[in-house]
Amino acid sequence: MAARSTRLRRWTAIATAVGLAAVMGACGGGSDDASSDGTVTLEFAQWWAPELPDGSFDKIINEFQTANPTIKVKLLSAPYASTKQQLVTGAASKTLPDVVGLDGAWVNDFAKQGAIADMSKLMTDAGYDASQLASQVQVDGKTYMVPVVNFVYPLFVNQDLLTKAGVDKVPSTRTEFLDAAKKISATGDNVKGWALPLDTAVPNGIQNDVMSWLWASGGSMLADGKPALQTPQVKSVVEYVKSLNDAGVIAPGSLTMKEQDKVEKFTTGQVGMVVDSLAHINLVKKNNPDLKFTVAPIPAEDGYTGKRGIPYASWGIGVANSSEHKAEAFKLVQYLMDAKANAELATLANGFPGNKTAKPDFTDSDPLFKQAFDIYSEGTPANEFVGLPKSEDLMRSFDEQLQLVLTGKGSVDDALAKSQENWSSVIE
Amino acid sequence: MTTAPADPIVKPESAPPAEPAAPGPKRSSVARRLLPFGYLSPTIVLIVVLMIVPIVMVISYSFRDNVIVQENSVFAGLANYTDVLTDPDFLAAIKNTGIFITVSMVAHLLLGLGFAMMLNSPLLGGVAKSLFRVVYVLPWLFTIAVIAVIWRLLLDPSGVVNYVLNALGLIDQGVDWLGSPSTALWVVTFANIWSGYPFFMISLLAGLQGIPGELYEAASVDGASPWRKFLHVTLPQLRPVIISMAVLDLIWTSQQFALIWMMTGGGPLNSTEMLSTFTYKLAFSEYEFATASASAVVVLLLTMILAFFYVRQQRER
Repeated sequence: MAARSTRLRRWTAIATAVGLAAVMGACGGGSDDASSDGTVTLEFAQWWAPELPDGSFDKIINEFQTANPTIKVKLLSAPYASTKQQLVTGAASKTLPDVVGLDGAWVNDFAKQGAIADMSKLMTDAGYDASQLASQVQVDGKTYMVPVVNFVYPLFVNQDLLTKAGVDKVPSTRTEFLDAAKKISATGDNVKGWALPLDTAVPNGIQNDVMSWLWASGGSMLADGKPALQTPQVKSVVEYVKSLNDAGVIAPGSLTMKEQDKVEKFTTGQVGMVVDSLAHINLVKKNNPDLKFTVAPIPAEDGYTGKRGIPYASWGIGVANSSEHKAEAFKLVQYLMDAKANAELATLANGFPGNKTAKPDFTDSDPLFKQAFDIYSEGTPANEFVGLPKSEDLMRSFDEQLQLVLTGKGSVDDALAKSQENWSSVIE
Repeated sequence: MTTAPADPIVKPESAPPAEPAAPGPKRSSVARRLLPFGYLSPTIVLIVVLMIVPIVMVISYSFRDNVIVQENSVFAGLANYTDVLTDPDFLAAIKNTGIFITVSMVAHLLLGLGFAMMLNSPLLGGVAKSLFRVVYVLPWLFTIAVIAVIWRLLLDPSGVVNYVLNALGLIDQGVDWLGSPSTALWVVTFANIWSGYPFFMISLLAGLQGIPGELYEAASVDGASPWRKFLHVTLPQLRPVIISMAVLDLIWTSQQFALIWMMTGGGPLNSTEMLSTFTYKLAFSEYEFATASASAVVVLLLTMILAFFYVRQQRER
């Protein structure tokens, strides 16, 4: 009996030691990303694969691996919000994957933390011709992100509602838009002319649905890189949004409305016009195949004749500063920015390519994409939040001030003065 | 009066070890003393790595400036705590959190007790009891994301709730439940109550089923009315369960983040800003990890006060 008990104890002790070793190993273990045969494994964190047709991004990456047999790519794919949180944590702990998908809104903070590499240097080292890139996101004159695919935000217009309201043409100026919105709202059945998502959890409504009106008329919220919110142009935008609210043409619930609610309301015909991502065309058509709608440039100030800014969001790419294989990582960037691969990726994503020479294939796409591409080509991509520090926080503080204006708890001048103060403390 | 527990270790009746070497007994005694720690070591390592180290790191961050985002952070003393405690948004978050957790806890308790008593009533048959048990427990089976989406849809200005209220003639036009600062906090509290009462109900039902029937019989013999039985038999018997559940609920609800974030994001106009959403925004939107750490430490201290009462109550039992 005693011998059995001793044996039991001994085996338990051994099991405990093995368990402990396993735990310690798991805590302290690291991965070796360069094998003895010289093959390098790159980790690539992005949210793109889940948003593309199943397996299509793996196919592009496999083509890269075939062209570069000494480089293997391990995709770390997660939805946008999860990717953002992982990258924020990884940037803080300097453990970012070798290649990272980036949103322009994160670049300044990651660059300031020293988490992402100076791509200008990588381009020079690789002898890369950057003139083929449609745009680059820079901080202090150095490129940290290259937009791979751009998604523009034109005006979506429900043509049936427009006809029912007796409006014969898609509004092109602010006055025409207000008039159309009023007429659509007057058709009854709780239908409204416009939707304005101002939820503060994800405050990108300020970028897409408010500042887009400013950029469409050639305005700017910055002057020499500093906040310039107390200008007549910005004031006219806030006053215009307030006038839409006062006229009762904005769908109720806007203070906590999210982007997906806006798309849903447009899809179900509850709202006649929205500023929305082109990427949602397929979603709208899938959920309501009978909806007759078109896309148009965002209305500009009356009498404005210059080029219209059109807001965009990007799937950007960057290289981790902590990567031991920056040259190989840049090869992957180069491949994705190559005219052929870039056009293929843009076509799959229903976006516009980051390489100026890439030609997306619209043959199998909805005609609205071609129409939007023309709007994009005729206008100027505009998104002044890209590259700004703490851009989400800037949007949120502006959002809160706009909410005060719309609820009658503050004046436009006070809101702009307070926003200017908040932004100035962030953008030095 | 206490009774000493019987020694669970059965000692061998045989003689001590046959050939004890000189340092043997000492080594054996030390080894015997260390052995339990050896068995516990995986758990101890996990607790240290996953709990103690992060808590200590957050506390140390709260006394420094520019942590995480800059390599050379500096000691900032209590500056982060001063920033947090004088921030009007933080004070609003404390007030909102206080209302949210108190109202939720009281409603959880009342609803849970009411439904538990109904399910424990002899007036209901077996089939009816099973049916109601399933119906009442349903909200507990949904994940927070689903609950947030369901209530956002129901409470949309053109949603079902407004339609029903309008059809009943209770309102003239759609109420903006989540978009209005005057109603948003009560609406998210309601959604939290709806999702959380079944846990109270199940726990209290178990407590009710443990009350000896003789106590009610004795009360009946003494001529007690149903109300007096509830007051003098049921409640005193459930007291330990009620106190434990109430304190735990206050702790859990104070940490509620997902429901608020998905329903209102802390808006409109900070009317649903909670300590959890406030801290999250500081860390992941403003990248002020030091101030966020100070806020998190304040939340930790407040939660520890509740935890202290919980532990004391458990010890008293």
